[in-house]
Amino acid sequence: MSAPATADFRTRLQDWLPKLVLAPSFAVTLIFVYGFILFTVILSFTGSKMLPKWDFIGFENYVKLFALQHWHIALRNIAIFATLYIVICTAIGLMLAIFLDQKIRGEGMLRPIYLYPMALSFIVTGTAWKWFLDPGIGLERVMHLWGWESFSFTWIKDNDMAIYTIVIAAVWQTSGFVMAMFLAGLRGIDNEVLKAAQIDGASNLQLYRRIVIPLLRPAFLSAFVILSHLAIKSYDLVVALTGGGPGRSTEMPATFMYSYTFTRNQMGIGASSAVIMLMTIAAIMVPYLYAELKEKK
Amino acid sequence: MSAVTQDTAVSTGRVTRAFIYLVLILFALFYLLPLYVMGVNSVKPLAEITGGNMMALPQTWTLEPWRSAWSTAQIGVEATGLRPYFLNSILMVVPSVAISTIVGALNGYILTKWRFRGDTWVFGLMLFSCFIPFQIVLIPMAVVLGKLGLAGSVPGLILVHVVYGIGFTTLYFRNYYAAFPTELVRAAQIDGAGFFRIFWRILLPVSGPIAVVSIIWQFTNIWNDFLFGASFGGTSQPMTVALNNLVQSSTGVKEYNVHFAGAILAALPTLFVYVVAGRYFVRGLMAGSVKG
Repeated sequence: MSAPATADFRTRLQDWLPKLVLAPSFAVTLIFVYGFILFTVILSFTGSKMLPKWDFIGFENYVKLFALQHWHIALRNIAIFATLYIVICTAIGLMLAIFLDQKIRGEGMLRPIYLYPMALSFIVTGTAWKWFLDPGIGLERVMHLWGWESFSFTWIKDNDMAIYTIVIAAVWQTSGFVMAMFLAGLRGIDNEVLKAAQIDGASNLQLYRRIVIPLLRPAFLSAFVILSHLAIKSYDLVVALTGGGPGRSTEMPATFMYSYTFTRNQMGIGASSAVIMLMTIAAIMVPYLYAELKEKK
Repeated sequence: MSAVTQDTAVSTGRVTRAFIYLVLILFALFYLLPLYVMGVNSVKPLAEITGGNMMALPQTWTLEPWRSAWSTAQIGVEATGLRPYFLNSILMVVPSVAISTIVGALNGYILTKWRFRGDTWVFGLMLFSCFIPFQIVLIPMAVVLGKLGLAGSVPGLILVHVVYGIGFTTLYFRNYYAAFPTELVRAAQIDGAGFFRIFWRILLPVSGPIAVVSIIWQFTNIWNDFLFGASFGGTSQPMTVALNNLVQSSTGVKEYNVHFAGAILAALPTLFVYVVAGRYFVRGLMAGSVKG
């Protein structure tokens, strides 16, 4: 082969190489993410029970799904859980970040303590809180032994209150991480702005309310996106802490989907519930990701 | 985040400061409490938990619950302890983390230094995959793993974790390499260096910090995964699933001390990683997932 031809081949290969290396990842994403989403969407319009089958029944699964009381409990629970979880995590995270930002002695020691729950599995968190909140051996009993005989804390056994124990455990796990996000935001604020405001006679409260918190907008947005994403996906924590009980009182869409698909052999309904979950997350994530990517271009 | 100047602090009065310290310490206790409860009760005989105070230090110290959790406790139908599942988790985590990190590094390199028409779309599609609820892929994944003969095996779980991990690793490396001067890559190209040579010689040597982040992130996520392990683990279930089986088992006496020892065993690897390299972990989470 003549020299120019080889050179030409080499350049062309070099041009194609990046795309060739990226192609498998992209293909895998197209198949295992978007292809699978399509599969589940199609499945949600079929009468599949134990195994996928392709008899189309239109929107029947969705009609059935929204007629199920079980699903309504799951929706109600995710609404309560997600709202409280996001609001409380954000409030605690912001407060701890602002407090830690006040030239605190021992900050280096406190930060890892606030953060380590993030490293744990929800199953571990669930196990720890399950027994700690168990009235028979946990907190209630401890209080009785310490002499507070009338103390009562039976939320985890209570149909109406059990959902709040999931909030407690989830907040315990993630609020430290939210703190870290806000702290990074606070440390990124230009000091000159704060000094100028102080010279103008702003009080501390005004300083935070009028200047600092508005400047933390990106951190609020990130926290909201990450927390809502975690909330809708919440499966492990419910399984470990309450198993969806007592009764069905802490059932969530994620546990609903799993049990209808794999244990109750109602795959069509399971698939339709998964589609609803995806649409909810997409409604939050797509605008966020679109804005982020557009900005970066 | 560690060595930041702290001029942002506004001046506060004495009472306010005392209040701030009080709140900070109370929260520290709140975060430490479950760890304390798990630790203390994992070295107590069972009778001391059921008959005594959960917050009290052990009167008789024993390592029996740990031994039991590790090698003799009943998990599902077999009394194997958590040991075989711990090994499953290791066998699953190490290749998954290695493969997804390497692939993510190459993808990040291509998406920043070899840009092409539509690359933002490619990245956007990969990025969105990080945030899907995995329930949407459970059914087709079960079908595909069955067809591939990988259902209920460690290789099957590795496949799943690599597939759903490359979105995040690509994101990390892309954001990191975006800040690396493209002129250096162009100069090397003019000198005749090829695609892999530039990656190997120029990008890889500076990738230490982000590689640490990607490895820690993937390690924590994959080790802590429960949904995929429970759905596709079969006879090769990971640690989290085994721990849940141990704790939820409805037969016999509830051995709380064994449950706590098991929970700590399941948490040890990620806690260890976090203690050793936690500050990079946080920094990475800030740089990667938050900034998009």
